[in-house]
Amino acid sequence: MSTAIKNTVRLRWYKTGTLAAQNGLWRHRILNFLAVYGLLIVFFSSWQIASTQGWINSAVIPPLDRILSALWLGITSGALLDDIAISLQRAGIAFLASAGIGIPLGLIMGRIRPLERALDPILQLFRQTSALALYPIFILLLGLGEASKVFVIFWAALFPVLLATIGGVKEVDAKLLEMARTYGASPLTIFRRVVLPASIPSIFVGLRISATTALLLLIAAEMIGANKGMGFQVMNAQYNFQIPMMYAAIFLLAFWGILANLILVKLQRRLCRWSA
Amino acid sequence: MTTLTKTERGTVSVRNLSKSFQLNGERLDVLKKLNITLEGGKVLAIVGPSGCGKTTLLRVLAGLENPDSGDVTIDSKEVQGLSRERAVIFQEPRLLPWLSVLDNVSFGLEVQGTPKETARASAKKMLKLVRLSQFEQAWPKQLSGGMAQRVGIARALAVQPEILLLDEPLGALDAMSKISMQEELTRIWQEQNVTMILVTHDLEEAIYLADQVLVMSKLNGTSPRLLDIDLPRPRDRSHQDFVAIRQKLMTEFGLH
Repeated sequence: MSTAIKNTVRLRWYKTGTLAAQNGLWRHRILNFLAVYGLLIVFFSSWQIASTQGWINSAVIPPLDRILSALWLGITSGALLDDIAISLQRAGIAFLASAGIGIPLGLIMGRIRPLERALDPILQLFRQTSALALYPIFILLLGLGEASKVFVIFWAALFPVLLATIGGVKEVDAKLLEMARTYGASPLTIFRRVVLPASIPSIFVGLRISATTALLLLIAAEMIGANKGMGFQVMNAQYNFQIPMMYAAIFLLAFWGILANLILVKLQRRLCRWSA
Repeated sequence: MTTLTKTERGTVSVRNLSKSFQLNGERLDVLKKLNITLEGGKVLAIVGPSGCGKTTLLRVLAGLENPDSGDVTIDSKEVQGLSRERAVIFQEPRLLPWLSVLDNVSFGLEVQGTPKETARASAKKMLKLVRLSQFEQAWPKQLSGGMAQRVGIARALAVQPEILLLDEPLGALDAMSKISMQEELTRIWQEQNVTMILVTHDLEEAIYLADQVLVMSKLNGTSPRLLDIDLPRPRDRSHQDFVAIRQKLMTEFGLH
């Protein structure tokens, strides 16, 4: 009898103990969440309240619920779907092309010094010339269609990933290269087993900047010379005074940027578990 | 040609080896007509003050640098450049951070064309030898300095070299790990029966590990001398013979 009581007491103590621990854990999680996202929540709450209360001009800065319902309507009615598709296609093709050309070219240029030295001045010149300033030239060369838009985005997105890859390859620890050489590794083996894995963190830094640049140039190109796409929608909504729609388009674009970055960060973590 | 027995493998001889560098237009004779003969399976320690050319000598022996004149032969074969019978251990472990400990140890074998599975099996044996079996799946950065260096030693031994070249392998370790690693090195050397050539600035380490000590002096000073250490192993650092040899070496370097 007494043992049974003791056991029950112990069990209850144990249970409350874990409960307290769980409470502690939840407290910790909530505080952590607030520490990270607190300011963002304050920002959006103030926006919503200030707009609905009329502290700010709701015609210029509409409340969030109206923006979100405009976004929802745009997507469910299918009105925005074409724009979303064409924008994702333009940015996607251009980004993939910039990675597909920038990474291999960067790996080669980083390994072959004379090539890098010969190409560097012209790359610096191209890089420092605003891609948007060159857009008219691309239009003259490639026409007003998709090609010139994709090309201007590709052009701007190429340089971050290319330069980061070159930098990554050049910074590979010479001591590791020498170590591989002492085991008789061929230049190709050294490249595949030492240079490439060592450069991956730098390549990802470049890819993330390239993704951001691609979205930036997408909007600019679509604002200048397009009749479809999210960038066009932002301008078009503003001309037609569909202000909630304008914000909806901006939010969607911001969301893409965050999503692209998130995907690349996850991919990098997966590939570089050793550096975590 | 007679086949060499195990103890005869890894005999190193250095003949009239010279190497100089140009520094600010001046010629620096780092190695001048150096002659050494080391029997297979023995340990040679190279000691001397900083900048006396001991690392240069090791790099020439490794094939990482070419001599100006003279030659190095291993088992009566002249060696040039890098080759598989020599493995190098550096002061830093130089592990690849993106490979697990096990993959680091099998790296040398894999780049030499051993199939992955065979290489891994040998690597496991070598990790056992350096007593790190339970760390097979760890990342290099999770290891202490001494453990990382043992992984480097396992990687070098995995390719079954005849000669192990060690460039201040314990130089970056704290005093305690250093002593235990010296004991480890002796044990590994006895089990593997490999010729070891070791550069060190630590006289006690040289006397503890080596059969012969090559004493190098400052550049353009007296020519290097070979000293035999005939002490039974395991060596006792406080034994009077040990102390006497250390005293003698210290006097040579003017350290009374």
